[in-house]
Amino acid sequence: MSFDPVWLSRLQWAWVIAWHILLPAFTVGLASYIAVLEGFYFFTKNDIWFRMSGFWTRIFAVSFGMGVVSGIIMPFQFGTNWSRFTDATADVLSPLMAYEGLMAFFLEASFLGVLLFGRKLVPSWAHFFAAVMVAFGTLLSSFWILATNSWMQTPQGYKVVDGRFLPADWTAIIFNPSFPYRLAHNVTAFYITTGFVVLGVAAWLLRRGRAVEESRLMIRMALDLLIVLVPLQIFLGDMHGINTLEYQPAKLAAIEGRYDTVKPTPLTIFGIPDDKNAEMHYAIEIPRLGSLILTHTWDGAIKGLKEWPAKDRPPVGPPFFAFRIMVGIGIIMLIVAIAGQIMMRWNGRLFRSDGFLRLCQWVSPLGFIAVIAGWVVTEVGRQPWTVYGLMRTADSVTPSLTGHDVAISLALYIIVYLVMYPTGVAFMAGLVRLGPAAASDEPAPEIESGRPGRPFERASTQAGE
Amino acid sequence: MVLDLVPVWTILIALAVFYYVVFDGFDLGVGILYGFARNEDDRALIMASIAPIWDGNETWLIFGGLGLLAAFPLAFAIIIPAVYFPILIMLLALVFRGVAFEFRFKRPALRRFWDRAFCAGSALATFAQGVVLGKFIEGFHVEGRVFAGTSFDWVTPFALLTGVALMFGYALLGAGWLVLKTEDALQRWARRCGRVCLIGVGVAVLGVSVWTPLAHADIAQRWFSWPNIVFLAPVPIVTAVIALVEWRSLDGEHELTPFLAAIGLFLMSFIGIAISLWPMIVPYRYTLWDAASSPSTQAFLLIGTLLLLPVILMYTAWSYWVFRGKVRAGAGYH
Repeated sequence: MSFDPVWLSRLQWAWVIAWHILLPAFTVGLASYIAVLEGFYFFTKNDIWFRMSGFWTRIFAVSFGMGVVSGIIMPFQFGTNWSRFTDATADVLSPLMAYEGLMAFFLEASFLGVLLFGRKLVPSWAHFFAAVMVAFGTLLSSFWILATNSWMQTPQGYKVVDGRFLPADWTAIIFNPSFPYRLAHNVTAFYITTGFVVLGVAAWLLRRGRAVEESRLMIRMALDLLIVLVPLQIFLGDMHGINTLEYQPAKLAAIEGRYDTVKPTPLTIFGIPDDKNAEMHYAIEIPRLGSLILTHTWDGAIKGLKEWPAKDRPPVGPPFFAFRIMVGIGIIMLIVAIAGQIMMRWNGRLFRSDGFLRLCQWVSPLGFIAVIAGWVVTEVGRQPWTVYGLMRTADSVTPSLTGHDVAISLALYIIVYLVMYPTGVAFMAGLVRLGPAAASDEPAPEIESGRPGRPFERASTQAGE
Repeated sequence: MVLDLVPVWTILIALAVFYYVVFDGFDLGVGILYGFARNEDDRALIMASIAPIWDGNETWLIFGGLGLLAAFPLAFAIIIPAVYFPILIMLLALVFRGVAFEFRFKRPALRRFWDRAFCAGSALATFAQGVVLGKFIEGFHVEGRVFAGTSFDWVTPFALLTGVALMFGYALLGAGWLVLKTEDALQRWARRCGRVCLIGVGVAVLGVSVWTPLAHADIAQRWFSWPNIVFLAPVPIVTAVIALVEWRSLDGEHELTPFLAAIGLFLMSFIGIAISLWPMIVPYRYTLWDAASSPSTQAFLLIGTLLLLPVILMYTAWSYWVFRGKVRAGAGYH
């Protein structure tokens, strides 16, 4: 076992951010969903919206709290493990990250409190407004952090002075070439992830005959959202891929598992990549499909990895396989979304089909897997760079760290996360079991303030435990 | 000519750090004292006194961290690696403490275990912050723009002393908070804890004040040369007066004074350290201006900060206002 500080620091980063990203993947979509439910309640005054909103708001509170806790750890990683990267890029990137933190903090400190505890304290329009602001805030948070990430992928608007990146044009820095595609692809992914969770939770409730009216409404809303967003996401993914082909061709070659430049380019469905010998074993290929998908022409060529020196190539395995997982999940999602529409609109058997409801439960975590897979594609595909084409990952790590230092810290992070996450998930599962009905006998708020208390506790206080 | 924003950011970050130290300081201190509470009723009241506010206080850590990163990135890039393990311990202790807070209520069967975990997490996070402070005052082994020591450089007698000192300091703040928020027997207990902590703080402040100028000739020069000694003499004198006020108010009837005097002691220590180290941000190597990010970076972030910060502060003030008054059994957070 080798104790390479760079490799272990990458593992540690992957570990803490992979767990962290699961929470925004859920809360960004959920915040918007809650805002929509609050909107329906405000305009129709029908209690069903109130119960649904209360139910999801309690779950939101727990996941948002976990997001904050796991988020506190993130900025310190830049200092502890990636200090050279920090020194080189902070002038450009740190304000974007600080804005992300400010927005999230701002939310936590104000509108979330009103949303959680303010139902009886503020007029109903203000409560609706708070829900909209929370949703807006999560989107702003995504905006800033994805701008940061995109700049690392497709840097521009900077000047290099003494080996460090200094800002030259903030608009160019924020709206760098991959940012619009990444933002659209990510936010849509977050919405879809939430959509499938709502679908699965509602199916679970419905199969037990609980909160029937609410569950049916949730399933209808989720299916209608998904039939629009899943096809849209496939389209956005294609656009994002073409953007990658233009700005990060080596990443694209890794995704495609393409070592040799061939014209016209086939599409490699599957194979076992071998980076050392730069070849794909047992490749299953479809002629010309690669050209067709990526260049939208019959015989366009895609550069293979051999066009780059070996030290500038990303590893093929993780992006290659993760991409296929992501696309596979996308196809399953599309099938479920279409099947749901057919059952809902044409034969009306949707709510009586135990098999389909069971399927909805099974597919509900798929969004999270797709988000992680997509993240592996884009981040491992960016290697060996932290700032694409300009700064190497190996030159980014903190120089004073030894492999043993990082091994110790990584082990501790693993232990703590393995305690924290199952705890949080078990707690949310408990809230699901309580069901939407619990909201109807909401107790008079013992906490008069809007200040959110502890994430778990404030949720259960509301649930009237 | 670009406006020099370094002083603005220096003040902002100093305020953020001081705010964090006082506010998360008192609830970490309450967490430390919690481990010594005499019975279950007291523990419930002690918890209730910080339950609605502690996680809001913790969020200021992000503020301080991201602020330092954005305004003085070189300091962030050198100091954080130098205290790799204290930072790790602090972060994990804070997470663990939060989890313990929840589980204490959720799993009564293991309550004793989570009670101890809550106290230990608070103590460990505090100790780690004290070590960071001590290492900061001692200075770092820097070559060029990077920290060139090892990840265990923080294990020094001085840093360990400041680690213990901060535990007494936060516990003193916590005792002051409890005097303010509780009554009768529990309040009398908090007053006794406060006096013990004050002795610890007094010894520690004295120790640091003697040790630092002995170890660093420049700092001795700054404090004891003529005429500085005249201008700076009020700092130790005022500190001593505040300590006396603290002792007497802990002994007497005043309910707000112990907390305010504890904050006063922190403020004086803060000022003392600032005088010793000014204008260094990576002590003895890089000044605030050396470590500052580009004017464009500082300006870009300042706009949003000045817009959002007042709203956050007003909101925080309001939530403290709502929770004013004593915590009482049965009328607590649950």
